[in-house]
Amino acid sequence: MAIHEEEVKHVAKLAKLSFPDEEVHQFTEQLGKIIEMVELLEEVDTTGVPITTSVTPSINVMREDVATTGTSRDELLKNVPESENGYIKVPAIMDNGEAGA
Amino acid sequence: MAKLNELNLTELHDLLVSKEITATDLTEETFAQIKEKDPKIEAFLALNEEKALEMAKAIDLKGITTENPLAGIPIGIKDNIVTKDLRTTAASKILYNFDPVYDATVMEKLYQSDMIPVGKLNMDEFAMGGSTETSYFKKTKNAWDQTKVPGGSSGGSAAAVASGQIPVSLGSDTGGSIRQPAAFNGIVGLKPTYGRVSRFGLIAFSSSLDQIGPLTRNVKDNALVLNAISGLDERDGTSAGVSVPDFTAGLTGDIKGMKIGIPKEYMGEGVQPEVRKAIEKAVATFKELGATVDEVSLPHSKYGVAVYYIIASSEASSNLQRFDGIRYGYRSKNVQNLEDVYINSRSEGFGLEVKRRIMLGTFSLSSGYYDAYFKKAGQVRTLIKQDFEQVFNDYDLIIGPATPSVAFGLGEISDPVTMYMNDILTIPVNLAGVPGMSIPCGFGKDHLPVGLQIIGKPFDEATMYKAAYAFEQATDYHKEKPAILGGK
Repeated sequence: MAIHEEEVKHVAKLAKLSFPDEEVHQFTEQLGKIIEMVELLEEVDTTGVPITTSVTPSINVMREDVATTGTSRDELLKNVPESENGYIKVPAIMDNGEAGA
Repeated sequence: MAKLNELNLTELHDLLVSKEITATDLTEETFAQIKEKDPKIEAFLALNEEKALEMAKAIDLKGITTENPLAGIPIGIKDNIVTKDLRTTAASKILYNFDPVYDATVMEKLYQSDMIPVGKLNMDEFAMGGSTETSYFKKTKNAWDQTKVPGGSSGGSAAAVASGQIPVSLGSDTGGSIRQPAAFNGIVGLKPTYGRVSRFGLIAFSSSLDQIGPLTRNVKDNALVLNAISGLDERDGTSAGVSVPDFTAGLTGDIKGMKIGIPKEYMGEGVQPEVRKAIEKAVATFKELGATVDEVSLPHSKYGVAVYYIIASSEASSNLQRFDGIRYGYRSKNVQNLEDVYINSRSEGFGLEVKRRIMLGTFSLSSGYYDAYFKKAGQVRTLIKQDFEQVFNDYDLIIGPATPSVAFGLGEISDPVTMYMNDILTIPVNLAGVPGMSIPCGFGKDHLPVGLQIIGKPFDEATMYKAAYAFEQATDYHKEKPAILGGK
C-alpha cells in the first residue's frame, strides 16, 4: 500500500507532531518503505490465531485499596517548566478556544 | 596487584572483604578510569561522583562481609532508568533537564545490595535504535575500534564495561538492545524473561517488550547482578511472582546431556561468513562439553522484524504521549496557545527516529488500519511465541548468532529499514518474552567481537548461565582485551 503526503499530515496531527514540508516528503518515503517491509506479514495465514498483546498470563493485577503518602507537591514542581503559587502554568487557550486544544 | 579496572566482581569482592582495598579506593579508581578513557569512548552522560564517594565511605564504615557479594562495587546505569536527583534524559532533548523525584525499583535493589551507581550511560534516544547514533547528546564509540558503533540502544552501557571504565552496567532490551551491543563489544549481556525484573522506573518505550538486564565482562558477574535485581514488584503489574533462584548455583562447568537446538533460520545467507564460522566453532565446543546440538526450526522468525516494528511503535506512540511539555522536560518557547505547547514541544524535543516510530505507531493504530497492521502483527507474534514453545518441548536451550554481522562503522547505515534488519536475530526473543543473552564466542572482520546468543525457557536463566559458564571456562574469547586496555 502506498502512503500519501496527505495521510502523513493526518497521522502527524493525531500524533501531535508537525513537520516542515520537506520533512513530510521524507517521512512519506520512509514510512512507505517501512510499511512495504511490514506487508510481508500478509503472506502468513492467521485465520483463527489469537492476538498476543502481552506475554504474561495476568489479566488484572490489583493491590489493597490503602491510601499512602504521595510525592510532595514541591518536589513534583521541581521539574515543571513554569509554575506559580504551587500550580503548573501553561499559556492561555483563549485565542481559539478549547476546540483547538 | 592486578589493575582494579580489569578484575571481575568476585576478585574485587575478595579484595574488599580482606580490606586490601576499600570501597572508597575502588570508587576513586573508577572515576580515574572514566576520566582517562571516556574522552575516547563517550559513554557517560552524567557522573554521580560526589554521592558515589559518600556512599563508598558509608559502606567502608559499615564494613563489607562475604554475605554481600556486590557491596562497594561500582555500576553504570543506562539513562532510561530513573535515578532520584540524578539527571535522567533517555538521551532525548525533550528530557534534557529532568531530575527524577524517585528511584526505579532496580535502583532501590542496587542500593540494598550496597552497589555504587557511578553515572548515567548514553543510549539511542528513548532506546530506539541499534547504534547509539540517535542520542541527542553524543555518539558513543565501540570499545574495540573507535570508528565503529558500540551497537544500541544500550551502547553506552556496553562500551563503558568493555573499555574497562566500570565492571558492570544495567541496560534495557526491547528488541535486542542489551544483546547486540554486548556482542559488538565482546562482553556478556542478558535480557531476562519478561517479568523477571521490575520495569517500574524504566522510561517506557514498548511496555510488552522492554526488560532491564545486566552487562558484564563474564558470566558469573552477570548472574550475581541478576540475583540482586530480580523479583516481584507490586508497583509493576507485569512483574512476575516467580521465585528467584541463586543464578550462580549451577555454574559448575558440567553440561553433559544438555539438549541444545540451533535454528536453521539463524544461520542463513544474511549472516556474515565469519560470524557463521564462529557459531559453528561454538557448536563444536558445546558438543565436546557433552551437550547434544541439533538443527531445529523457528519458521516464523523471519517475520519478527515486521511484527516488532508495528507492536513496538504502536506501544511507543502511546507511551510517548506523556511528553507534552506541561509537567516536565522541554517546553517550546514558540507558543501562542496550549495546542502549540504540545505540538511544538514534541516536534522540537523528539529526534527523527523517535518521530518516525511515533508516526508508524499512530498510523498502525489509526482507524481503518488497526486490523491490517496492529492486529495482524499481534497474531503473527502468537505464532512466533508458539515456535519457541514447540522447540522447548524437546530442548533445554536454543543457540545462534546474536547479530548477523560484527560492529559496523559510525554513520555507515542511514536507511532505517537496513538498520532495523540488524535486530532480526534478537527480536523474536522479546516478542516471545523468553530470556536471551550474548556471550563472546570469537572474532570476525577487523578482529571485532562476535556474540553467541543463548536463548532459554521462560524463567530458566539458570540453565542459560550454566551453559554460558561452561563455554566461557572452555574458551579464551572473554580474556582478549581491546586496544584501549592494552590488547592488540
